[in-house]
Amino acid sequence: MSKRTFHKPTEDPIWLKALLAAVAVGFIVILLLLPLVLVFKEAFAQGLEGFWRAITDDDTLDSVWLSLAAAAIAVPLNTLFGIAAAWCITKFDFWGKAFLVTLIDLPFSVSPVVSGLVYVLVFGMQGWFGKSLADHDIHILFALPGIVLATIFVTFPFVARELIPLMQDQGRDEEEAAATLGASGLGTFLRVTLPNIKWGLLYSVLLCNARALGEFGAVAVVSGHIRGQTNTMPLHVELLYNNYDYVGAFAVSALLAMLAVLTLALKSLLEWRYADELAAIHRH
Amino acid sequence: MLNVDSVSKKFGRFAALNGASFVAPQGGFISLLGPSGSGKTTLLRILGGLEFADSGSVRFADLNWLDMPARTRNAGFVFQQYALFRHMTVAENIAFGLKVRPRSSRPSRSEIRKRVNELLDLVQLPGLEKRYPSQLSGGQRQRVALARALAIEPRMLLLDEPFGALDAKVRKELRADLRRIHDHAGVTTVFVTHDQEEAFAVADLVAVMKDGRIEQYGAPADVRRNPKTDFVSEFLSV
Repeated sequence: MSKRTFHKPTEDPIWLKALLAAVAVGFIVILLLLPLVLVFKEAFAQGLEGFWRAITDDDTLDSVWLSLAAAAIAVPLNTLFGIAAAWCITKFDFWGKAFLVTLIDLPFSVSPVVSGLVYVLVFGMQGWFGKSLADHDIHILFALPGIVLATIFVTFPFVARELIPLMQDQGRDEEEAAATLGASGLGTFLRVTLPNIKWGLLYSVLLCNARALGEFGAVAVVSGHIRGQTNTMPLHVELLYNNYDYVGAFAVSALLAMLAVLTLALKSLLEWRYADELAAIHRH
Repeated sequence: MLNVDSVSKKFGRFAALNGASFVAPQGGFISLLGPSGSGKTTLLRILGGLEFADSGSVRFADLNWLDMPARTRNAGFVFQQYALFRHMTVAENIAFGLKVRPRSSRPSRSEIRKRVNELLDLVQLPGLEKRYPSQLSGGQRQRVALARALAIEPRMLLLDEPFGALDAKVRKELRADLRRIHDHAGVTTVFVTHDQEEAFAVADLVAVMKDGRIEQYGAPADVRRNPKTDFVSEFLSV
């Protein structure tokens, strides 16, 4: 009997494996890594000193503070909204639930520019409330409140979208068990629901934060681009770039990129640190 | 006395319970037996406060049972899929019902630890207190769930097909243990199953259910000897 070479059904020839790996690595390098490297290269084109001068510019610092302030307000609020929405949708049955889920997705499906324009229509001088707000000296458009509102709108789905499938998957059994054991609604949430969703929650908050810092379109419409006052970091990048200040533009971009890398590093660190606990929860 | 009086419940247009009634003595062991869709789980969940009846009443130990929220009924509930808190150890799971009590009635840490160890002995799982649910077998998980339900010293013990997901050998062991624990704790137990052998082996009283009603109710031997309707005799002959 002749001996036949045996191939595992899950094993491909070596050249195919190499090709697939090369394509995957090539994509990552060209589309993700190279742009990131270029951002830093341009930012440091005039050396460390040039970079430092660019990011310590008054208008740049103002834009950093504005972005951080907007995110510091929008992210906690969206975290609360997202948890509340996911809790309602997954732990209770009520009329109109499907509609609510669709509504939560709305910010993902409309263009950010449109969502910015909506606020102009509502709060602008020609809008519904514009006149009466102006009479009371309340500034929403071309000021921090408008930027925060636009950021909240655009980043609203992040937390809810991450938590809904997770909580649906976990079901209501544990909450029901807690209730029969005498736990209150809040006690059940803090002791049972929150520990079960904390990793998904953390992940979604990090993503929400990254997007809140990086949002361009919606904020561009409501901000008014006032240098040193209503220019967020992404808007400031555009402004510097259009003024041919490439080092400045790329330095601020590098700051944004560093925030993103920091976010990812934080997430990986937490995942590594709590690997055992994570595994215990998922294997159940 | 547990007095369930014409309890009805609809889900949309489907009548899950259609005037179910039975009376059982305090400390009794009652099996709700029936095919799927007969309303037995719905009745159990109403007794536990996890579902609300559209009409009818339940009196238990002179309490208007259905007017009380689940958390004040002090009824231990054991779920088919265990429903253990997955992020807590076995000991933390069992202690949960004691830890969430208001400060005035909460036992001290050392009392809780003592109680947890007693319960682990009772369900024959000594030494497993530091494990997580994911590190236990199905039978072990259900024993932990039983210990957790017993930790609150329940007035009523409610079990929803607790052995449904386990193999035959483990089922028999757990069944005998459950009866022993019931007698030891002196609770009123309501046990839902679709397995007639299980129902007859363990209970003092069996309620055979069909279409949201109790078709026949009585001691296991009586029900087996004198099936009142064609449905009961057919269901028991399978």
